Amino acid sequence: MYVATKGGEQAIGAAHAWLAETRRGDAALPEIAARQIEEQLGLAVDRVMAEGSCHDRGLAALAVKQARGDLIEAAFLLRAYRTTLPRFGASAPLDTGAMHIRRRISATYKDLPGGQVLGPTFDYTHRLLDFRLAAAGLPPEPAPEAEPDPAPTPRVTELLAQDGLMQREEPGEAEPGDLTREPLRFPADRPVRLQALARGDEGFLLGLGYSTQRGYGNAHPFVGEIRVGEVAVEFTPPELGFAIELGDIGVTECQMVNQFKGSRTEPPQFTRGYGLVFGHGERKAMAMALVDRALRAEELGEEATAPAQQPEFVLYHCDNVEATGFVEHLKLPHYVDFQSELENVRTMRAAATKAAAE
Amino acid sequence: MQTRFAGFADPVLDAQAGFRAVLEAMSRPGRVQQMVAPPEVPPGLSPAAASVLLTLADAATPLRLAAGAEAEAWARFHCGCPLVADGAAFVLDPAASLLALDAGTEEEPERGATLILEVASLQEGPRDERCWRLTGPGIKDAQRLQVGGAPAGFVADWARNRARFPRGVDVILCAGTRIAALPRSVSIEDA
Amino acid sequence: MTRDPGYNFAYLDESTKRMIRRAILKGVAIPGHQVPFGAREMPLPYGWGTGGIQVTAAVIGPADVLKVIDQGADDTTNAVSIRAFFRRVAGVATTERTAEATVIQTRHRIPERALTENQILVYQVPMPEPLFRLEARIAETKRMHALADYGLMHVKLYEDIARHGHIATSYNYPVMVNGRYLMSPSPIPAFDNPKMDRMPALQLFGAGREKRIYAVPPYTSVRSLDFEDHPFRPIRAPHACTLCGARDSYLDEVLTDDRGGRIFVCSDTDHCAERQASREAAE
Repeated sequence: MYVATKGGEQAIGAAHAWLAETRRGDAALPEIAARQIEEQLGLAVDRVMAEGSCHDRGLAALAVKQARGDLIEAAFLLRAYRTTLPRFGASAPLDTGAMHIRRRISATYKDLPGGQVLGPTFDYTHRLLDFRLAAAGLPPEPAPEAEPDPAPTPRVTELLAQDGLMQREEPGEAEPGDLTREPLRFPADRPVRLQALARGDEGFLLGLGYSTQRGYGNAHPFVGEIRVGEVAVEFTPPELGFAIELGDIGVTECQMVNQFKGSRTEPPQFTRGYGLVFGHGERKAMAMALVDRALRAEELGEEATAPAQQPEFVLYHCDNVEATGFVEHLKLPHYVDFQSELENVRTMRAAATKAAAE
Repeated sequence: MQTRFAGFADPVLDAQAGFRAVLEAMSRPGRVQQMVAPPEVPPGLSPAAASVLLTLADAATPLRLAAGAEAEAWARFHCGCPLVADGAAFVLDPAASLLALDAGTEEEPERGATLILEVASLQEGPRDERCWRLTGPGIKDAQRLQVGGAPAGFVADWARNRARFPRGVDVILCAGTRIAALPRSVSIEDA
Repeated sequence: MTRDPGYNFAYLDESTKRMIRRAILKGVAIPGHQVPFGAREMPLPYGWGTGGIQVTAAVIGPADVLKVIDQGADDTTNAVSIRAFFRRVAGVATTERTAEATVIQTRHRIPERALTENQILVYQVPMPEPLFRLEARIAETKRMHALADYGLMHVKLYEDIARHGHIATSYNYPVMVNGRYLMSPSPIPAFDNPKMDRMPALQLFGAGREKRIYAVPPYTSVRSLDFEDHPFRPIRAPHACTLCGARDSYLDEVLTDDRGGRIFVCSDTDHCAERQASREAAE
């Protein structure tokens, strides 16, 4: 006699216990601390903060640990936590011009005010596995220190704009939309598009940005500037009426400079693709800047034919927490619908067999 | 201006009960529901209307309110909603004309306003001649509703509101602690 | 059941609940129209019922009795997980009995037992847009709904008939609500579509990832699209349930060996258990 499987609750409990055990791994080895992840897997933590839309290194590190290093799962954990937080309001726009810079490079000028600052980068390393890291050992040699340059580090796009060569984008007065509170509507304005991209999946944006370089969209990008460092966050509480500084956050900003042939209303000039992400995330900031510029096609009167130029396509598919949920939901039971398809296909096969016999 | 009148005794569970009453009213047009009333209400508002506002209005819903200064101070404090003359999501103003309020667009009809209308009395209908006869979604055959003190010309205006469906304004009728709702989909015959 | 005091009642904060509640009310007032809402990130993944969970969380109160089913069954893993979530964050009573429930959250089925005026049925919806396979752009489908321009869907169904001799859609079969809006019934089998028509219970639909809520008020006309010469036909496996003998319920096919052995059992586990119990009582 057939008896339907029961006991879902116990099975789920057992699966969770197994997960916890697997997460811990070999108990003979020391357990990794969230603080160690925060310090030593800093770029994973940064990516989780960016895609989790929540700037908190400690929580992001905890999420990485809990997710066993699955960074999308970790971003999901952080987002689910973020939703429970009360919202106090919107900060003042960050002044990245006043950034405390750790890294700053421009591809458009050999030298410029503030100079090229390489900072902690993989760029010129030879990608050879370093077996010295395999054995826990002595701390690395301290990096040589230089006196900080007291000169300001103006943004490259500002320098271009002074000559009228860069399109001016007027700061908006209205508080930008927030797609964590309001669903996307189309046409989506640029602040909302940038928010979606800043939260978007690095891999998806990388692929899309790459496609704009390979002819899917007419891009001629130059890295005007990438800067990485700390900026102050200011907030004006309504009851005070003046701005107070809440603290510093680490961000990466990329300004892509793109040629623009001009339109009926605008002279030929350079236009901007903009990328800004939490933490140190150059690949993501660059990809975001490429895609931001591609999404401006309609506004700039360019033909929008490539995937990266379709706002609905990009914005509805860049969110990895949404995407992973829907892709992975296919493993939930679907046997009711499958049964209806079975009957459907059987009916059609019977009809086809009958027709063939006649 | 501060208010000396309280909000819900239990903001979480009273709002839930209030919502279920409004949901039931909107789902079954013309059926009368009992609202959870706040312990006290400012002059100018019925307990039912105050309860509807506490249940649904907040900083995200501009409110057009004409019920006196005490009611305005109360709504600002307990709901935190901006008080506006135009573009309101909720309207509680006896002077408001059904057909002049925001009815949404064909693409976004959900942007149509909700009118909270204070009336003298509400009763599910006996079959007498002063009843409205309601038909439409939410109603099995027909629902009779007796409304005391509806604005003059309301039924005629309602026919025009109904005719522009899916655009339109939805109405929550309030009398004392009772409510009944008229979603834009319902038809009214003044039997 | 006592709820976890670490969370607000039913998990969501009050302003989120109000936002969802307003969307539900507009959905009820415009039957079948998809109302965009600011869906929140829930502690369960998108695609696993976050829309239904948010609707249930906005609706449910301490007096409610909740039933959660997936594929018609109360003991499928996702149903178990969602039921446990609400026990934890709302402390509500739960049941597996359809008759006892005041709120039923479902994925992919409508219970066999006729629902009553005292019940609310909450559907989990993966893709709320019925036209999405024919037109992927949401800005475009919004325009079609505004104009009630559903020619694309009629053409698609007609092409089915031309190719297969009948409409080849067996689940998520599109419906017209109150003669105005084309609506996705969610991926229920077409067998369940007729239950939606003039149902005494309120039907609410939540799509979390796609951030839409829609509704069918009680006693509202829900018509499965068809043609005069090709009327809508609900399909079920032409067998009786092995456990309770039902010939009118929707059946799951269960493989019992690798030599073609199979049995058919009710997908609605409560319905089946009830029938078995009453059969035993009669014996």
